[in-house]
Amino acid sequence: MFTLIESLRAAGHSIVAHPLRSVLTTFGVVVGVAAVVAVVVLTQGFRTALAEEFVGLGSNSLSIRPYTPREDALAGRFARLTPDDLEAIRARVHGIAHITPLAKSREEARYGSQAAITEVRGTTHTYPPVYNAYAGAGRFLSLADDLNRRRVCVIGEKTVENLGLPQNPIGEHIALAGEWLKIVGVMERKGDLGGFSQDDHITLPYRTLRSLSHPHYAPDLLIQLTVEDVAQLDAVADRIRTVLRDVRGIERDAPDTFRVETAAEITAALDVFVAAITALVGGLVSISLLVGGVGIMNIMLVSVTERTREIGICKALGATRGQILLQFLIEAAALSVLGGIVGLLAGMGLGATAGSAIPDFPGVAVPLWAIALAIGFSAFVGLAFGILPALRAARLSPIEALRYE
Amino acid sequence: MTASPAQVVRMNGIGRRYGSGPQAVDALRGVDLAIHSNEYIAIIGSSGSGKSTLMNLIGCLDTPTAGTYALNGRDVAEIDERELARIRNQEVGFVFQTFNLLARMNALRNVMQPLIYRGVPLHQRRERATTALERVGLADRATHLPNQLSGGQRQRVAIARALAGEPSLLLADEPTGNLDSTSTEQVLTLFDAVHASGQAVIVVTHEASIAERCRRVIELVDGRIARDERQTTAG
Repeated sequence: MFTLIESLRAAGHSIVAHPLRSVLTTFGVVVGVAAVVAVVVLTQGFRTALAEEFVGLGSNSLSIRPYTPREDALAGRFARLTPDDLEAIRARVHGIAHITPLAKSREEARYGSQAAITEVRGTTHTYPPVYNAYAGAGRFLSLADDLNRRRVCVIGEKTVENLGLPQNPIGEHIALAGEWLKIVGVMERKGDLGGFSQDDHITLPYRTLRSLSHPHYAPDLLIQLTVEDVAQLDAVADRIRTVLRDVRGIERDAPDTFRVETAAEITAALDVFVAAITALVGGLVSISLLVGGVGIMNIMLVSVTERTREIGICKALGATRGQILLQFLIEAAALSVLGGIVGLLAGMGLGATAGSAIPDFPGVAVPLWAIALAIGFSAFVGLAFGILPALRAARLSPIEALRYE
Repeated sequence: MTASPAQVVRMNGIGRRYGSGPQAVDALRGVDLAIHSNEYIAIIGSSGSGKSTLMNLIGCLDTPTAGTYALNGRDVAEIDERELARIRNQEVGFVFQTFNLLARMNALRNVMQPLIYRGVPLHQRRERATTALERVGLADRATHLPNQLSGGQRQRVAIARALAGEPSLLLADEPTGNLDSTSTEQVLTLFDAVHASGQAVIVVTHEASIAERCRRVIELVDGRIARDERQTTAG
């Protein structure tokens, strides 16, 4: 312990005595660690943002989306969900609290002379409880709106802005696909996700959307639902699978042409994705750390040669091999860890800067494991690449070292 | 020479060979030597006569290739590397011609350095190093770096460093070789004081004036002891 403290003290003095050399030596480690941390900060930020989005769906929700098996895709048959599927589930599956279809497309909308491409969503009055999204002003679509194919819509704040609508656009009419829609509500603000505004949309009754479209065109549907009892989530999902296979006429051995997923499954898929990116970048960065380690080894070897006489003096004064070894090893590790700390701060700064360039990026948080990993790995690099120079220093014969010029 | 409890160095038939085969060089051959505590010895001889080699052997910086060497009653051949380091640290103090101070450390830290290897805590190290610097009259230069000191001052710092560990044996290799006459006198006066305080002092030198101060003069010629005589007068 005593020797360790003294070695740390000596390392500190040595690093301070050669500031420029210390900075250059650790540069590789600084860059490597900064890169890892910046990437971790960004991926974690995205993960948090996406997770928050899915948390909005709630743990009691199920998503049904079309899924095209590989063979069908090769044959050019793409799976779709249809209103019949929705009706079948609604009629034959018990335990559903709310169920809502969602058809999405992008169309040009007009108000006066202003035109803008925007997302058009067709859905029903059950959308708000399922997606946790409510009208902030006016009202949402009603059951009657859908049944009567009323030409009404609710829009997002961003759309109000893009189309140059008045501050209170309720009661105004906008043109979509040559038809007039009356605005009955404005949705609450949701903010941006990964750089895309979630407040740029026109939401109209599903049946209205269909009546506006070409008669033979059935828009692609997503079905989102919430169950009454979370404990029944899997049972409901199974029942939906059975009903859908039946109503879609899928043969006994044929694969599903749809997917029923829970919010947890979606989040888990997300985690796999984030982990893959982190691992990929981690691999690339470990090359950088390797280079950084070689840099440290290089300088430590030079330092041992340069300080041969000093080592000789210390040995004459009674330093043991172990003490010399530890001194150089600690110096290498200290250099590397300092580089790691600088890299950590630089990476956090870099991540924060990049994050702030992305609108509505959530607060930058560096997970504790990333900090521990950055510091721990740089210490490891220092020790691993410091051992060779340190051994060389420790093995010097005192007399030859003293004679060294 | 009969063995006595106060015998510090006991060498029998010591030889030191460098290299091997036909190129081998014998720096020392068949040296018999006994040194007691509180002796004041000059080792003289022309360059290449083996003075420094003998000095390194006595100080355990090097090990002999022939003969036996006992330091303070212990056979050095049976001592491992770690114990040799301890001996260099505690039982021997070195003073070199080129001072060999650690350039990046100030005078006080140079004097404190050997005490680190002995595990002396920081505040005690500072205390003992300060006392040693006072002894050589350089307490006011404690925070100076070696390159801010004169040659004589550097050598006095080196002596303070050798003395801080309170060794039983002070070994000086051409300690005044790089110094002017005033500094030489200061350094030699210090050696006299060290000897007076009861420690053995061995000075390797080629200057007759220095050898005259010593009570015993050993002359080496070609790796052998050619003369070993005690003087009744001291300077």
